[in-house]
Amino acid sequence: MLIRKPSEIPSSLITPRTQYLNRRRFLRGALSGAAVAGAAALGVDRAAELISPRTAALAGTKLPTVKSPLSTTGEELTPYQDITTYNNFYEFGVPKGDPSRNAGVLPTRPWTVKVEGLVNKPKTFDIDTLLKMRPLEDRIYRHRCVEAWSMVIPWVGYSLSELLKQVEPQSKAKYVQFLSYYDKHVEKWSDESNIFWPYSEGLRLDEAMHPLTLLTFGLYGEVLPNQDGAPVRIVVPWKYGFKSAKSIVTIRLVEKQPHTTWNDQGPQEYGFFSNVNPNVDHPRWSQKTERRIGLPLFSQRRQTLMFNGYADQVTSLYNGMDLRKYY
Amino acid sequence: MTRAQLIIAKSAVWIACLWPIGRLAFGIVDPPVLGADPTATIELTTGYTTLMLLTIGLGITPVRRLSPRLAWLIKFRRLLGLFAFFYATVHMLTWVALYAGFNINAMLEDIAKRKFITVGVAAWLLLLPLALTSTNWAIRKLGGRRWNRLHKLVYIAAICGVIHYWWQVKPGVLLPLPFTIAVAILLFVRPVQTLFGRKAQGAISERQRVG
Repeated sequence: MLIRKPSEIPSSLITPRTQYLNRRRFLRGALSGAAVAGAAALGVDRAAELISPRTAALAGTKLPTVKSPLSTTGEELTPYQDITTYNNFYEFGVPKGDPSRNAGVLPTRPWTVKVEGLVNKPKTFDIDTLLKMRPLEDRIYRHRCVEAWSMVIPWVGYSLSELLKQVEPQSKAKYVQFLSYYDKHVEKWSDESNIFWPYSEGLRLDEAMHPLTLLTFGLYGEVLPNQDGAPVRIVVPWKYGFKSAKSIVTIRLVEKQPHTTWNDQGPQEYGFFSNVNPNVDHPRWSQKTERRIGLPLFSQRRQTLMFNGYADQVTSLYNGMDLRKYY
Repeated sequence: MTRAQLIIAKSAVWIACLWPIGRLAFGIVDPPVLGADPTATIELTTGYTTLMLLTIGLGITPVRRLSPRLAWLIKFRRLLGLFAFFYATVHMLTWVALYAGFNINAMLEDIAKRKFITVGVAAWLLLLPLALTSTNWAIRKLGGRRWNRLHKLVYIAAICGVIHYWWQVKPGVLLPLPFTIAVAILLFVRPVQTLFGRKAQGAISERQRVG
């Protein structure tokens, strides 16, 4: 009787893992392209949901939330449409409309956030653990971009301090660095700008521990759309928007001030602190006024408030500091 | 090019040139056209269109020189130039109205402190005399030679426009790069063509003499 040996596969024919993964990514891209085209032809609104149910489909899912006393009141909310189509997220393209078109490919599941550095209990948190760790609060904040436009956004999340307390920062830790997700094969638009990725941002530890600093999972009571920083981002409402890093994968507690992306790009234009301050101009435009997004042409312009209107809560963080020098 | 063809081509250029401002004007009736930030949409659209028209306008002479059969292109240069000036003017008025709020002090402060505005205003001031002397009457009055020399200002205006764009975007943003390359090529080929043109002409006169 003939016993056949299984034919040996020469090792040269085995696809290396990275290539195999690349191939899958390529297929996913090709499939999503086809699906988008198909969905567009069918008039399906949310083409993204058809493509990769484990990522973009989550955007828009309702989140259980509770009210928060830290919400800003008395201002009209910026429409959802504007918050989700007027974005700065350069990994997905520079023009404001590009991230909403391109960010569907961001793989928001599985997702973990690694909290490391000068902490007693470093830990990697799964996104679904983070979502359940504390009650999610509705927090309406003003959002002021360094480009002199602003919005009013109903975020969903809880104070970042809740997470930081869990890992027990050491006394040497003075700063917190946030690193955003980066994969140049996924975020293939990232070479439209000459920026060193991944996106890095940072806060002083006391700023990060401030109750207003929000670990953010949603907006308008729903899971964040990818272009707004899914699945988890930081929101620091008294600072210019770029301080609020999106799609965070690493939170690192450090002793020295970390390097931050826009500060690297132009230190004279984007300071480490970048608190909203109508008295300190950006070198290329005044910061005295801002344009409120979603309002008609001639009603857009309004006065910019010190610390974006959060002066009562945060001024004490900067006692004795020259805010012209530390802009 | 026949008269009929010329009329069709001119109509097409008019429509193309009016399209951006037409869209913006339509936004007054239908606000979503202007997007989430109408002020920025108007400013960016008019600025971009100005640079686009200036660049195409700068392309006419070098392309025309490639072949005598392309001589008709010259009939479009004034049209493109005047539309470029028109968009530059709307662009500047948008700054005056929607950014500076008609506040003279705010405008002067902008011009003094912000170099991208300084160079932008300079570009507009360079285009102004060109627009004013664009009539046939002005060309006759000035004489072709002097008119030509005056209109070389458009080179500086285009360079100022490109610098204005670079200084306006955030460091690291490469959006102005295509215009920079296009304008650089179009300015660089001019002396090259002149040089080769002279050589060619020299060769022709040489042949004629020999002949």
